[in-house]
Amino acid sequence: MFLQLFWTYFKIGTFTLGGGYAMLPLIQREVVDRKGWIDEEEFLNMIALAQAAPGLIAVNSAIFIGWRVGGWKGVCGAVLGAVLPSFLIILAIAMLFREWKELPAVEAAFKGIRPAVVALIAAPLFKMAKSAKISWLTALIPVIAALLIWLGHVNPVWVILATIVVTLIAVKLLKR
Amino acid sequence: MLYLQLFISFFKIGLFGFGGGLAILSLIQMEVENHGWMSQQEFVDIVAVSQVTPGPIGINCATYVGYTTAGFWGSVLATFAIVLPSLIIMLSICKAYFWLSKRFQGNPYYEQTLRMLRFTVIGLVASAALMLIKPTNFIDATSWIIFAVVALLTILPNFLKNKATEVISHPILLIVLAGIAGYCIYG
Repeated sequence: MFLQLFWTYFKIGTFTLGGGYAMLPLIQREVVDRKGWIDEEEFLNMIALAQAAPGLIAVNSAIFIGWRVGGWKGVCGAVLGAVLPSFLIILAIAMLFREWKELPAVEAAFKGIRPAVVALIAAPLFKMAKSAKISWLTALIPVIAALLIWLGHVNPVWVILATIVVTLIAVKLLKR
Repeated sequence: MLYLQLFISFFKIGLFGFGGGLAILSLIQMEVENHGWMSQQEFVDIVAVSQVTPGPIGINCATYVGYTTAGFWGSVLATFAIVLPSLIIMLSICKAYFWLSKRFQGNPYYEQTLRMLRFTVIGLVASAALMLIKPTNFIDATSWIIFAVVALLTILPNFLKNKATEVISHPILLIVLAGIAGYCIYG
């Protein structure tokens, strides 16, 4: 079971570009449709949990499925399989990157890539705001959060903790 | 000491990283900047590398920062540290799965907190982008043109849903094109 989970996640981890969310449909095909390790409904519950819990979604889902399918050994296999491909690839790149960066051609290419990366971070905001069903009033939350971090240099950790505390107090007060 | 700092930083990132890859960026940025582990520019470069290589962005950053600050064992430690909070929390969730799903479904504290965190996460992603708008990343007017074109192409599928817009908005393609553009313009 250790090896099977390891191999399944290793394959998915090696071939999915674009991070955790891009992995989910592949995990579903492999774990639900092909192997039948868990059923559709449990898989959807798993996604909800993996997203609600802190941490990387790909890792969270690996832990859940590893546990349901093979207990401790399953968790070890799935997590190692999910982490190892990107670990090895980035390690190889990190070893070479500082030398490559000295090359004028690479430096020129990165001058074009850097503003593109900022756009790739900023553009999904549109979709995120839409799917969170943001209103003019609730839009204040991300605006304040962004300003605190950007201009106030507040650590995002405090912003997250403040969100949780304020929400819990507000719900408690409204319940009365 | 460096090992301990790496461990604490990436443990923190794993523990407070709600909402997936992009949301985690502002946490990583704050940590590496406060410790002086990476320059602004290096951070953007590694995000670019993460976009074109497989795997979660958090793992990619942890491995890279760990290696460049403390060598091979640094990369192992940082990667382990970012995964550890997930292991603790998700395993607790799994063990209490049935108990939790009964108690938490429809619980207003739980559901409202999740809803509000979604809004905050949008702010986190926005701050990650805002912090990167600096002269080191935007060297001239051409940079802003590249930024605008990539942003427009990425948003396009929200309005015009077909095969062509889906292909052209793919982040890997856009990074490769931006790289070619950079090479032609600045090379």
